[in-house]
Formats: sequence, C-alpha cells, structure tokens
Amino acid sequence: MADIGIRSVSKSYGRQPVVHGIDLDVRSGEFVVVLGPSGCGKSTLLRMIAGLEEITEGEIAIGGRVVNMLEPRERGCAMVFQNYALYPHMTVAENIGYALKVAGTARDERRRRVREVAATVGLDEFLDRKPGQLSGGQRQRVAMARAMIREPKVFLFDEPLSNLDAKLRVQMRIEIRKLHNRLGVTSVFVTHDQIEAMTLADRLVVMNAGRIEQAGTPEDIYRAPASRFVASFVGSPPMNLIDAVVDEAGGIVIGGVALPVPHRLAAGRKVTAGIRPEDVVLSDGGELRSDVDFVEELGSVRLLHGRLNDVDFVVQVAAADRRATGALAFTVPPKRIHLFDADTGLRIEHDTPVAIAAE
Amino acid sequence: MIERTPILDAVTHALMLLGLVLAALPIVVVFVASTHDLATVNRVPMPLWPGDHMAENYARVWDKSRFGEKMLNSLIVATGVTVGKITIAALSAFSIVYFRYRLRMVFFWLIFITLMLPLEVRIVPTYAVAADALQPFRVIAGGFGLELGIPQINLLNSYAGLILPLVATATGTFLYRQFFLTVPDELAEAAKMDGAGPMRFFIDVLIPLSRANMAALATIMFVYAWNQYLWPLLITTDQKMATATMQLQKLVPGPLFGQPPLWNEAMAATLMVMAPPLLVVVFMQGWFVKGLVASDK
Repeated sequence: MADIGIRSVSKSYGRQPVVHGIDLDVRSGEFVVVLGPSGCGKSTLLRMIAGLEEITEGEIAIGGRVVNMLEPRERGCAMVFQNYALYPHMTVAENIGYALKVAGTARDERRRRVREVAATVGLDEFLDRKPGQLSGGQRQRVAMARAMIREPKVFLFDEPLSNLDAKLRVQMRIEIRKLHNRLGVTSVFVTHDQIEAMTLADRLVVMNAGRIEQAGTPEDIYRAPASRFVASFVGSPPMNLIDAVVDEAGGIVIGGVALPVPHRLAAGRKVTAGIRPEDVVLSDGGELRSDVDFVEELGSVRLLHGRLNDVDFVVQVAAADRRATGALAFTVPPKRIHLFDADTGLRIEHDTPVAIAAE
Repeated sequence: MIERTPILDAVTHALMLLGLVLAALPIVVVFVASTHDLATVNRVPMPLWPGDHMAENYARVWDKSRFGEKMLNSLIVATGVTVGKITIAALSAFSIVYFRYRLRMVFFWLIFITLMLPLEVRIVPTYAVAADALQPFRVIAGGFGLELGIPQINLLNSYAGLILPLVATATGTFLYRQFFLTVPDELAEAAKMDGAGPMRFFIDVLIPLSRANMAALATIMFVYAWNQYLWPLLITTDQKMATATMQLQKLVPGPLFGQPPLWNEAMAATLMVMAPPLLVVVFMQGWFVKGLVASDK
C-alpha cells in the first residue's frame, strides 16, 4: 500500500497540451475516482501514474518515491484495461500467472497463487479456458485477477466497466468496491460514468479539459458543485441550469419571475441558476411555471420533462404522483438554489453558510 | 453472396474444370513420360497411358544423378532460407512497429524498396561479397587509409553462401508489419505492466500470436528457396554442394553433347524434385490460408 503524490503534472503531445499542471494527493488505501468526459485527460493522467506515458512536467511519487524515470514494472502498480488486454493465446491461468512467470517465480508457487487469486474472483472453474471462450464479465474478472496477483501497492483502473452490459456493470462495480474494502489497496479508477464514480469513490475528482474542476467526497461534490461543469456532470438526472439576472432586491429573475436567494449579489449581475430535479417543490401557487412535454417513468420515481425560460427543465416526482403532461406550477426553496457566475462558471457561495442537512 | 441459378453453377464448374485441366495436363504428361522406356517416350505420338517402367526409371535416375545428396542439399538450403527469412522478417517488423526511433520510416522504406531489387538484379555485387564477405568493410577502412588486416571469408561452395544472400525479405517484413499493426496496443502495455521486457513480449506474446502468419510465410519461402536455380548455379562449383534444381538441369540435354535427352529419366527426376515443395504446400495449406486471410484475435 502506498500514497500517490501528483505535483503540478502536465502532459503535452508535441505542442498540444492535454493535462495542465495537476496537483492531487491520494492517501494510502484510498479509493479515488477520476471522473470526466472523454478527452479530458483522465486516462492520460492514469497512464502517467502507470508509467505508460511520459510525464512532460511535474512529478509523481508513489509511496514517497518519485517514479518519473522508473519503468512501469518498477512502480508497483497494476492496471486493469478497458478492453481487458488479455493475452488471447494463453489460458486464464497463464494470463493470471504471467507476471509471476516473468518475475521467475517457481512453477508450484505460481500455480498455488494463481489458484488462490482465481478463487477470490470466482474463476476456479475456468482456469484452462482461453479468453475467447469467456463472457465479458469473466474476462473482466481475469483482468482483475491478473492485476491482483502481483500484490501491487496501487491499483489503476482505466474505465474497466464500460465494455459490460448495464446489469453486469452494476454487479462488477459492487465486486470491485467489496474487493477494495477487503484488500485496502490504494486505487485510482478512471471513468466517464458519474453513477459509477459516485458509488465507488472515497474521494471523487472531477476533471475537465485537462484540469481538476473539483475534488472531494461524492456527497460534497453533489451538494456543492464547484462549477457549472461539475453541476452539469454529476447527478442523474443532471441539474437544471438556467440563465438568470440579479434584480434590485438581490434576488434572481428567471424568465420574469423573481426568486429570493441567500446569496449577496450586485444588481444586474448575470448568473446561472442550478436547480436539482429532486429539489423542486410542486405547489399550485408556485411562481415558476413549465409545460410538461413528456413523462419518463423510472419505476421508483418519475421525471417530468418540460421547458422553463426556453431551456429544458426536468422535475422529479414520486412514483405515486400520477401527474401527466400539461401545465405545471412549482417553487424551489431558496437554500436549494445553486448559483454560478455566468462568465467564469464558478460557484457563488451563500452569504451565510447554511447547513443544508440541518433543514 | 449466394446465387442459386443452375446455369451460373454450370458455367462456374466448367470454368473450374478448364482451369484444373490447364494446370494438371502438363504434369500428367510428365508423369506418363516418366513411366515408359526411352523408345516408347520418343515415339510420335507419345502414349497417353502410363507404361510399366516407372520403378526402374525413378531408381536409375535417383542413383545416377545422386539425387539423395542433392535433395539433402536443397532441403538444408530451403530450410535455412526459410528459418532465416522468418527470423529476420519478424525481428525487423518488431523493430519498425514497436519502437519509436528517428528514421524509423526511412528504414522501413529502405527495406521496402529492396522489393525492387531481387537477387537477379544485384547478382554481380552479391557474388563479389560472397567470394569475400568482409570486402565492403575492407574497402571502407581503406577509404579512411586504415589497414585493419580484415580476414578474407570465402562463402563460395558453402551452405552459408547458398543461404545468406537469400534471407533478407521485404515481403516477409511487410507481412509481419501488417500483422503487428493489428495487435492491440493494450497487449504491449499489459505486458509492460506485467514486467515483461521487449524481447520477452516478442517471444511470449507476438510470436505465438503470429503462428498462422509464420506458417504462410514459411510455405511461400520454402517453395521460393527450393526453386532457386540461378544463385546456386553461380556460387557452387563443387558438385557436392549442388542442389536438386541444378542437378535437374544437367539431364536436359542428354548426358553427352549432341545426344538426345533421356526424356523418361528427366521427367522422373522432375517429379521427384517437385515433390518436397508440393508436400509442404499440401501440409501447410490450412495454416497458409488462415495466415493470409483471416485474423482471429
């Protein structure tokens, strides 16, 4: 087990910068998920930790040792690849045991450890099969076992679940988390799936365009997104984002309707208001109005899709609420309104810190 | 595409039969000729059914022209060329595909344009080098005014001389390059994470994955090397080093100047010399097709 220190690390391909000076500390035994859209540099960051990409600037330390100039095998990391990267001509046992074979471990010792690791991921019966004869989930397990057998200091996951079907993905997600709880090995997991990120992470790092937008516990990030980007990326269904202007009274105006907010703002300032679909309170006397176009039935909840101030607006209601399409009146508790600067996209904090949980 | 029209079927089959006849007829004639005595073979028209002198013709020409020894020579040369070609092709393609160094593409194109320089084109310089393998180095050293006392190595009349000039292969390098390009990058990265160095990855992963490719290349190259005629003829003066194809040439025209050729014996020898590459193709055919067409990864 080891901590990872990433200090002003950047990466460029030729003159094209893809990662701009990232600082991040991963504590020993922590499960960190790096979340971001494709092309945000999250995989590049992971590959720099693994040693598969050179670090253009800055430094990465694993367990207190700077690893910039070390070969991948000397860094003590194990990686699970998106397409598993199993050796197609080797059996499952050979795939899992290859690292030990390269390291020159004796055959008996090797066989014992392969069997041990295979048992932890439930592969005992498949040791003699080739990867081509396995299902997606089983291949995924082989890739995990191959990483585990080296007893690495750090686990690196490069979108390992994105090739699985939805049901299997949920199942593997839980298995990975259970495995981490049992082994306690420092892990960095890269994904573009925010549900995966929320459920797996001890700490979530949201990246965009080669920079870290926000790092914190999934709960903190969900409750107080640091920027408009994070707000739009984390949460499902995503937060509704609407342009608004600050009026004389210090409240905001959305499409002609004034709403009081607990922020201290200069009149005339342009902001983006963020409202989570589940924070909307339906009431016939509500000042906000929307026309519901269609209803998305999710079983546990229902999503009412409409428009507000010319942008799409989603409202989440309980399954028991059988409201159909048509006019909808609602209000939003002022404390639940997130505000972001219209130009920089950065979060504007409440004037007086409000403990949302205390409500 | 599946067509179900009887007329088209018939035409297709007719075409196939025509092709078969065109390809097989000369060989049938050779076979028939090899089974008659000399007088019958020279009759006009030649009989179209096999005679009963087959065994004695084959045995006689085998002993007389010492084909046992020549076939062994050919086998050694063809095997050596095949192994050499595969090794060099795989290694050079490995270098070109998996390593980033300056002038990489230049080297690739240098190899590639040697396709336009078959042995026949560069036969004089190749002979000069074979006669004195280190001569180029001596010339270069001499250009700098150095007398390094580089020894003379003569490859004439040796297996090395027969094999080495034939082992470089642009075709093979290209075939391997194309194959390596289809191997996912993640495999190399996974091997890196597993602690395997480049040669380990090459031997443990790339070589086993390219087995079908290797079989295809081996088949082509074995036949190519076995059929070599000009180079062995040029480089071997010692009859002990002669190859089967060279020996075949000595049967036509006849053993003595001005004599008519012994057609029955010449034809028997032809079939015997043809047999080994034919067998290689027959046995390797499954792999051969796989290696050139499919890629099951």
